[in-house]
Amino acid sequence: MKQCIIKIGMASCGRAAGAEEIYKSAEDHINKHNLDCRLMKTACIGMCFAEPLIEFIMSDMPDITYGRVTSEEISGLIDSYLAGKPQEEKVIISRESTSNFDIQGQENDSLKKQTRIVLRNCGIIDPESIEDYINRQGYMALQKALKEMDPEKVVQEILASRLRGRGGAGFPTGLKWEIAANSRIGEKKYIVCNADEGDPGAFMDRSVLEGDPHSVIEGMLIGAFAIGADEGYIYVRAEYPLAIKHLKKAINDAYERNLLGKNILNSSFSFDLHIKEGAGAFVCGEETALIASIEGKRGMPNIRPPYPAESGLFGQPTNINNVETFANIAWIILNGSEAFNKLGTERSKGTKVFALAGKIKKSGLIEVPMGVPLRHVIYDIGGGMKENSPFKAVQLGGPSGGCIPASKLDTIVDYDSINQTGAIMGSGGMVVMDEKTCVVDVAKFFLTFTQNESCGKCTFCRIGTRRMLEILTRITEGKGKIEDIKKLEDLAEMINKGSLCGLGQTAPNPVLTTLKYFREEYEEHIIDKKCRAGVCNALINYSVLADKCVGCTACARVCPVQCISGEVKKPHFIHQNQCIRCGACFNACKFEAIVKK
Amino acid sequence: MNTKPEIDKLIEKYKAKKGVLIPLLQDVQSIEGYLSRENMKYIAEKMGIREAEIFGVATFYSMFRLKPLGKHIIRVCKGTACHVSGANNISTAIRNVLDLKDDEDQTADGFFTFIEVACLGCCSLAPVIMIDDKTYGKLTSEKVSQIVKSYYK
Repeated sequence: MKQCIIKIGMASCGRAAGAEEIYKSAEDHINKHNLDCRLMKTACIGMCFAEPLIEFIMSDMPDITYGRVTSEEISGLIDSYLAGKPQEEKVIISRESTSNFDIQGQENDSLKKQTRIVLRNCGIIDPESIEDYINRQGYMALQKALKEMDPEKVVQEILASRLRGRGGAGFPTGLKWEIAANSRIGEKKYIVCNADEGDPGAFMDRSVLEGDPHSVIEGMLIGAFAIGADEGYIYVRAEYPLAIKHLKKAINDAYERNLLGKNILNSSFSFDLHIKEGAGAFVCGEETALIASIEGKRGMPNIRPPYPAESGLFGQPTNINNVETFANIAWIILNGSEAFNKLGTERSKGTKVFALAGKIKKSGLIEVPMGVPLRHVIYDIGGGMKENSPFKAVQLGGPSGGCIPASKLDTIVDYDSINQTGAIMGSGGMVVMDEKTCVVDVAKFFLTFTQNESCGKCTFCRIGTRRMLEILTRITEGKGKIEDIKKLEDLAEMINKGSLCGLGQTAPNPVLTTLKYFREEYEEHIIDKKCRAGVCNALINYSVLADKCVGCTACARVCPVQCISGEVKKPHFIHQNQCIRCGACFNACKFEAIVKK
Repeated sequence: MNTKPEIDKLIEKYKAKKGVLIPLLQDVQSIEGYLSRENMKYIAEKMGIREAEIFGVATFYSMFRLKPLGKHIIRVCKGTACHVSGANNISTAIRNVLDLKDDEDQTADGFFTFIEVACLGCCSLAPVIMIDDKTYGKLTSEKVSQIVKSYYK
């Protein structure tokens, strides 16, 4: 009898959608009927919108994945697959159709449009199994670097690949390694992985750490070998418990197989790796602040130079790269810089992972070659808008980035092209907004975030962001003055020039880009006291349409301030001066008799 | 509760290593759910670190709490995706149910602690909250009020 492998996506997103119950139901069913199935946990394949996901693999059968599975239908899905009659209409991904089957998964096309280097193993392997990783060419790049190359050659290969840092700024990784390798030769050096992914709306680093932790460890090992480091740290957000759990297991397994520790793979290279959990401070994503935090201090940035490559962690030369950057390394060493160079544009090589979220139909994680237009990412892969409301803007690069309007949707994914719009590539968070999103409110949202996360060291960042936030709050409350726009622009320039680190320098970006592309909305808020998206509470009014109101009293019952009056079966009335504009009545009305203006 | 023996054990574990203040404070916090003034003072004496430095680190990072936690913790995601999907209304609805005023973050009976947090990473389920370890997604003001009320039963 042939064995069936059943994989369930158990990353954070899958668990939130109920994957644990699915796993339990599947396990019960298999045990109860003594079925020859091997149940496996895998991580995130990126299709968060279709979670929970379950995949079936068996010889002579097509490899298929079902989406949006419920625990009630699990037993039926298992039985029908084992009987050779998969439920075709529910299949979202199918691979290797055999002659007897021709199942087209609903999402096959979307996957085909992607190129997966960083996410090569995510959602495919069991992240807690080092064997799974090794079976997919895992640690072969490390072996190649140690046995066939020397540190100099590794640095040259990464230089030639023209890989740029995926944390946001896009500094050439090879150059960073070369500087670190040539710094204070013979002294103790450190290599650090920056996994302090704090951008609201970005979750690609978490998915890689949860789904393929060994690829990051292998990248770090190769980097350490190249620069001459013998100790490393992964600085990871404590808000990512599953990523930390998988990393700990991966590090232990790697030690057991002599892939970490003394004389790795019988070479003269030794390397120790530790995990450092963050304690919740966004600014620690900045490299000098991150170093201070690993040293146990308040995570405040320091003036550069000296750069970490010269004097970093505990005063020693230190090289810091982002999770996604490290996840590219093994692939480049194994396949060569030329293969990597074939992907992308003149100045941005390889691929980029994006986290799609907001008002997009297929939210999740995708990976595309550099150079594709944003329109392709949002419409062809992301499936376009979720509701029928038209596209308004896409926010790229989180609180340091900016809003790109519909007119710029043909901008290609490339560090320099995106910079030209006023946004930045950033770590790859892509939040799609529709006409029901107010850009002034979004700018206020990001500024609230940066203002809150400013460490307080630089006056302009500490006080300037607060002043900007006060002005924005005023505008969204209908108390803005027309000269406020000029004040915002002046403050933005000063904060940019007067801040030490990227957090402050880029904090005004969301305001500047929305002013650039949606200035008229700011003016509407200020002059006409109007929020066209209907988001800013102080600028909207709820009223009852007397001809549609049936007098069901639903609105009056939910109103928290009892400002709705009216008799049963007669039209109701909202007293505007008492209304707090919470929208409870609007949501409660089943007859569309309450309008928001 | 006398937590000193447990803290002594932790200090023993970390003493010889470098850059250990943050993990030490994290472990001490996990004993009682927060860092008491007394415990911070005790660590300062034992580790030979100035009390001000410990207090400085504890107030810098958002994970450290200087007040005891409630029985249940509600975490409202304030990530971008949740924000554009109406997280503010979710917060308002919860705060209404819990009857929290202005900057209060705990109910008078200590049953709930209310925290707004950075992205929980379940953007496709936005808006999202977590109560203790359980995640609730695709919420509306009405749904979330019912969920919170159900904990009182």
